[in-house]
Amino acid sequence: MLDEDARSSLIAKSAQIRAMTLDAIGFLGVGHVGGCLSLVEVLTLLYYRHMHVDPKDPCLRTRDRLVLSKGHAGPTLYSILADRGYFPKEWLHTLNKGGTSLPSHCDCNLTPGIDMTTGSLGQGLSCGIGIALGNRLDGLDSLVYVILGDGECNEGQVWEAAQAAAHYRLNHLIAFTDYNNLQIDGYTHEIMSIEDITAKWVSFGWFVQRCNGHDFQQMDLAVKRAKNERVRPSMIVLDTIKGKGVASAEGQVTSHYMKLDYDSALQAIAQCSGGATDANE
Amino acid sequence: MNSQVEMRSVYAETLVELGQEDERIVLLEADLMRAHSTQCFRERFPERSINVGVAEANMVGIASGLSATGKKPFATTFACFAARRAYDQFFVSANYSRLNVNLVGTTPGITAELNGGTHMALEDVSLMRAIPHLVVFEPSDPVCLRRLVRRAASHEGCTYMRLHLGPTDELYDPTEDFEFGESKVLHSGRDVALIATGVVMVREALEAAELLSSRGLSATVVDMHTIKPIDRNRIIEVAASCGAIVTCENHQIVGGLGSAVAEVLGEEMPTPMARVGVNGEFGEVGPVNYLRERFGVTAAAICERAQEVVERKGR
Repeated sequence: MLDEDARSSLIAKSAQIRAMTLDAIGFLGVGHVGGCLSLVEVLTLLYYRHMHVDPKDPCLRTRDRLVLSKGHAGPTLYSILADRGYFPKEWLHTLNKGGTSLPSHCDCNLTPGIDMTTGSLGQGLSCGIGIALGNRLDGLDSLVYVILGDGECNEGQVWEAAQAAAHYRLNHLIAFTDYNNLQIDGYTHEIMSIEDITAKWVSFGWFVQRCNGHDFQQMDLAVKRAKNERVRPSMIVLDTIKGKGVASAEGQVTSHYMKLDYDSALQAIAQCSGGATDANE
Repeated sequence: MNSQVEMRSVYAETLVELGQEDERIVLLEADLMRAHSTQCFRERFPERSINVGVAEANMVGIASGLSATGKKPFATTFACFAARRAYDQFFVSANYSRLNVNLVGTTPGITAELNGGTHMALEDVSLMRAIPHLVVFEPSDPVCLRRLVRRAASHEGCTYMRLHLGPTDELYDPTEDFEFGESKVLHSGRDVALIATGVVMVREALEAAELLSSRGLSATVVDMHTIKPIDRNRIIEVAASCGAIVTCENHQIVGGLGSAVAEVLGEEMPTPMARVGVNGEFGEVGPVNYLRERFGVTAAAICERAQEVVERKGR
């Protein structure tokens, strides 16, 4: 159970991260607003409460790792990495500029703190399995977190990986599905339904939980339970809102990739300081 | 040097030796361990042997993740699946990510034989050449195979190896060493250079050299075991000394060895050349001897094209 101080601290931090993410995308003028904002809380929880990492030693062998398989949510992760000291915060205004170290899709060779290059959907879970197997061969207890998108679960490779993770009993692998109900062309149930997503992961032999992806208490409990799992890989399905925190973007199909000029971003930042709280009241 | 040995056994044994020397070596298979005879690696190093079942894309992704933890994975499957099915995974998760994944594509080209056209990788080299920094190679005999697998294990970066599985004789002395990008001259001549790659076509080229000799023409035969990085110096050297070139590949003539050689010649030393290989057709089922005739990848075909390019010299 998160005590009140811890919870408040996470809420405040997620508001800051949401603001930094909007600032970065707004400074550029366009970006994957929806899918970045839906992940703010879970990434905040992981990087500020659960993950064993060292910003001064991004390549620490024993570190926990995170594969952002829905790699287009890079800007949110960059905000966190900047805040944690992996690189200067000024870099956030170089997002997607020529020669940048912060591309839209995560690149482990460009950005300190990024553990795996992603962007072509469906590949990250397989990579996470490889990392988990490598850790096991070296006798490490390090955890591997993988974040999938719901649309991404259309990709067949995700299910190849799902089989393999359970087959190899990768209990140090904890995955999340950012279930925000939307993909580029529309609602997931209209474009390509992934239902019953929870039952699917259960049938593949995973330890599955589902909770509100903007509620720190629920998510923290789910992560703790996942960490205690001794046999199966874990999947935590997060019910989220695409574009969470920006009224004009929330739940909008167009929020996947949208123009956002800097003035609008600053206005959204001013308005969304309470965006993380309603799930946490 | 005419006793036959199975290339698949040499591959498996070399991996076991490497595995003994270096605990970072990991084998990945996609339900083809029995085809590759790599069970010996699994018996020796069960924890480092990962079978993903029929899931090649997953296999390449897992290999990439393993590489990210410092392991040296060898991911093995039929060349058609390695190159076509798992191409994006190999491109993004392994190569674009600058990791060290060794992808092995077996039964290349017509050696897929009775598995037929769906399984016949005649375009894998073409696909792989286009990936920046990737080393692409095709050993022509067991000695070459042993040495180049070791080179792959110590290479910083990804590699793609075409692996002929069946029995073959040794072309090289067991002490011969090999480096990526350094071709070998198996026979020296003056009139035409036959540049070949792989178990089947290097031998066809050697036989073609004998046929040419009986027709009064002497041929150089080059084993271009590494298609990328191609041995530019050798190409220029034999273009200068022979003045005519025939490339010989178990592959489409588009995008593979022939194209690689033509690129060098076109830029450095335009020389009459001809490409022997599959000419824009899909593969089909049949034993190798039938397929060699069917697709014109024979010593006789090489000989004929060689005579043509020799005639074009000096025009």
